[in-house]
Amino acid sequence: MAINWFKYSAPTTFYGLAGKLIPWFAISAAVLCMVGLYIGFVVAPADAQQGEFYRIIFIHVPSSILSMFLYLIMAAYAAMGLIFNTRLSSMMASAIAPTGALFAFISLWTGALWGKPMWGAWWVWDARLTSELILLFLYLGFISLHASIDDPRRADRAAALLAIVGSVNVPIIYFSVQWWNTLHQGSTIKFTGTSMHIAMQQAMFTMLVACWLYAITVTLMRVRSIILERERHTKWITELAEVKS
Amino acid sequence: MSLDIWMRENPLSYIWIGSYAVAFLIFAIEIAMVVHKRKITLQQVRLMREADESEEG
Amino acid sequence: MNKLSLFSLLILVVRRDLVLAMRRRADVLTTLIFFVMVVSLFPLGVGPEMDMLRKMAPGVLWVAALLASMLSLGRLFSADYLDGTLEQMLLAPQSLSVLVLGKMASHWMVSGLPLVLMTPVLGLQFDMSIEAIAVLILGLLLGTPILSMVGAIGAALTLGLRGGGVLLSLLVLPLCIPVLIFGTGAVEAVTSGLSVSSHLSLMGALLVLALAFTPWVTAQALRISME
Repeated sequence: MAINWFKYSAPTTFYGLAGKLIPWFAISAAVLCMVGLYIGFVVAPADAQQGEFYRIIFIHVPSSILSMFLYLIMAAYAAMGLIFNTRLSSMMASAIAPTGALFAFISLWTGALWGKPMWGAWWVWDARLTSELILLFLYLGFISLHASIDDPRRADRAAALLAIVGSVNVPIIYFSVQWWNTLHQGSTIKFTGTSMHIAMQQAMFTMLVACWLYAITVTLMRVRSIILERERHTKWITELAEVKS
Repeated sequence: MSLDIWMRENPLSYIWIGSYAVAFLIFAIEIAMVVHKRKITLQQVRLMREADESEEG
Repeated sequence: MNKLSLFSLLILVVRRDLVLAMRRRADVLTTLIFFVMVVSLFPLGVGPEMDMLRKMAPGVLWVAALLASMLSLGRLFSADYLDGTLEQMLLAPQSLSVLVLGKMASHWMVSGLPLVLMTPVLGLQFDMSIEAIAVLILGLLLGTPILSMVGAIGAALTLGLRGGGVLLSLLVLPLCIPVLIFGTGAVEAVTSGLSVSSHLSLMGALLVLALAFTPWVTAQALRISME
């Protein structure tokens, strides 16, 4: 059976499709999270150098990876909305932003908790930590710009431009922060050299997939609300079963 | 200082309370907010629809 | 009407904005006074030990310059927006990017250049060496135009919004971090006897990048905000 993918790029059909997909994503996210935690805490052995503390990485690394990828995906959606004027892309961009910001926050928080027993300090001005903090600022800028413009069309376009400028700036910021860090002090602890146990890798990978599925679930739920809100004057919305009842 | 000693003696509770509980709490709050937002939006749309219908009728 | 060349258009916009700024000299002075005041507050906050102050000076001066330039950014387009001039500029047959570049240039002359000129005095307050002050000024000369240009994007995006000033800083400050790093890095290099050319070349590269892209991006942002 051939599926017409373009059909789903319209909010009308995407709304229904997302509604059907959400339970599947949610259930698989929950199951994979359980499996990942089981492997991570029961199967995987304690690390020779870091003891039990390293187990923070099963949430820390996936959330760092997600916070970065979600920014790129958000910027890509925003750019598509700006260039091709597709409604759904802009809605997706604004639906992704809060989840990305939360992942950036979780990444910073868990990083601090990992740093305390390892480095003896909650916060180290390490290049990666600093870049992550700046990434969080970029998310907050996007969200607050979007929130402070009343006209949704202008909000979408202005925030899209900001996201594009931000994503062009991210490499420059990352490079300059790395430069700045090496100028001040060498990085104290590096991950390289400690070979990871196979179970650790499995646990981390499973948690990464679980976090992706979670992010997709929440984004789809949010985008459905945004579609409802933006399109409330159209006929198809008033004919939806959940609106009629 | 006492926190330092406690975390070294109970590393697993430290990472569970400190990291995983916080992360899952954040996820739970986010889900609750998204669900709440959907409820509110649906309510608004229903109200608008009813207002439109009473105007027409 | 004669067709203007791009360069004479640029000069025209710069001159117009400078004349307007000179009519409201108080605004220019406020930025400068803010800069001097923030810098002078630091020794009061951290204590008068000269060794520490000398080390902190480039960072303090750069951060203060960053904040001071945020202060005046809100006015970059708002006056023209309120009296309708900006709408005329958008409709004008001339390139909007060039008009924007002119406004950026005059903004820098009014709010960036005075800070640079004030820097030697403040540097002496912090007991910086002459070479360090020279490098700091060079860095500021290269860096403050970037602040004006990147800031213009934010100013265009937040045009006419309530609470625009705070929002503007929130959007622009993270984007200005590389400028801050290279500017303070250059001074640190000269005080520790290293070559400053790499920092200043990188800053120059950023300036060229900003010159190439920010006028166009700002023009797009203005079109988004005005439609």
